[in-house]
Amino acid sequence: MPTKTHVTTTINGEQIDFLCEPRQSLLECLRDVIGLTGTKEGCNDGNCGACTVNMDGRIVTSCLVLGVEAEGANIETIEGVADGSNLHPLQLAFLENAALQCGICTPGFIVSSKALLEQNPNPTEHEIRFWLANNLCRCTGYDKIVRAVQDAAKRMQEA
Amino acid sequence: MKWIDYENAKTVDEAVKILSQSGGKARPMAGGTDLIVQLRVKDPRVDADVVVNVKDIPELNELSYSADKGLTIGAAVPCHEIYNDANVIAHYPALIDSASLIGGTQIQGRASLGGNLCNAAPSGDSIPNLVAHNGVATLAGPNGTREVAVEDVCTGPRQTCIGKDEILVSINLPNPGDGFGANYIRFIPRNEMDIAVVGAGVSVNIAGGKFTAAKVSLASVAPTPISVPDAISALVGESVGDGPIQKAANAAKEAAKPISDMRGTAEYRKHLCEVLTRRALNTAVERAQGGK
Repeated sequence: MPTKTHVTTTINGEQIDFLCEPRQSLLECLRDVIGLTGTKEGCNDGNCGACTVNMDGRIVTSCLVLGVEAEGANIETIEGVADGSNLHPLQLAFLENAALQCGICTPGFIVSSKALLEQNPNPTEHEIRFWLANNLCRCTGYDKIVRAVQDAAKRMQEA
Repeated sequence: MKWIDYENAKTVDEAVKILSQSGGKARPMAGGTDLIVQLRVKDPRVDADVVVNVKDIPELNELSYSADKGLTIGAAVPCHEIYNDANVIAHYPALIDSASLIGGTQIQGRASLGGNLCNAAPSGDSIPNLVAHNGVATLAGPNGTREVAVEDVCTGPRQTCIGKDEILVSINLPNPGDGFGANYIRFIPRNEMDIAVVGAGVSVNIAGGKFTAAKVSLASVAPTPISVPDAISALVGESVGDGPIQKAANAAKEAAKPISDMRGTAEYRKHLCEVLTRRALNTAVERAQGGK
């Protein structure tokens, strides 16, 4: 019996084929097999949100998805957020509002916030905090992150 | 994580066949938000060599409502679909109390109420709510299907009456009828994303100013979520008011058999049972009388 499974998936609009063991998480596959290391490993049990990716239109913690489940899926990671060298408004807003210090949580926050703004272009502070409850940041105290998301929402509406 | 094989079942029969042939070493997986962590930390209670994905089985993805049959929730339907469903919003709004507070946004995109029930944590946030809605679980096994009341599914911490060769197909919530209101609330020290210190799921039916039916179920106060028959008898037949609600809340406090742990002492938890049951019943009454 083969020890590895062949998976065909779409990551950031590009078809990707990879081999993985059934026990490997999507996070391990992204980082260690495919080489997309923008997605970070934090707690590895679904609490911290650092490994958040968008899978078929919903954000998920990729540490709680098996790599084999990516078969046929459409996945967006932090590497797919910018348009070439043009940063996404969320990325600009995070930079300009100093919404990060160490930065390990930032890819997860950006992927989560992007999904929020796609379905709710003008969220209240409460809605932002509630949506981002599954993303932990130990540096900023969250206020700057919330302000950055509000700023990005404004930029995207004016664009 | 230890080695596992992965099977992707496309039908209920196929899933049951894989489970039956695995000698008790296969586990169905819906959202995987509990199972993957348990496999990773080598939880001795989860002794699995095979993970069977059940998310591609049509019956496990059903989310449908009819006045006759009530609400059918496929075992793999994620929380996110439940709280965005028009029928749930119209007919079972209290179900959203649980579906919207299990984990955060990322977890709610994968985690299912069926999985919450099968995981059988004493603190499972959806279980008292499903009990309050008179939920009935449909199980499929090698000998066909059988139905079990949700309140009888959990038999101990992380233990259920579901055989190792059976899968949970769906949970049915009968049509609650007129004058129905329900509520689930929990106490946690944080604002979001925590395990219930105590959870209370309740429902009432009100007609002619009297309670005609009621359910009170508690989480995190015993080895399994429990029902409180004395709280029900304190309500049914009585006129709607603070007196019977207080009696029911006191009965909940009496029925709770909590342990002391890092989340709270037994004494504190018993106190919370009274407070949460009273508050949940007040909300359920408001919803029953206000339509929602």
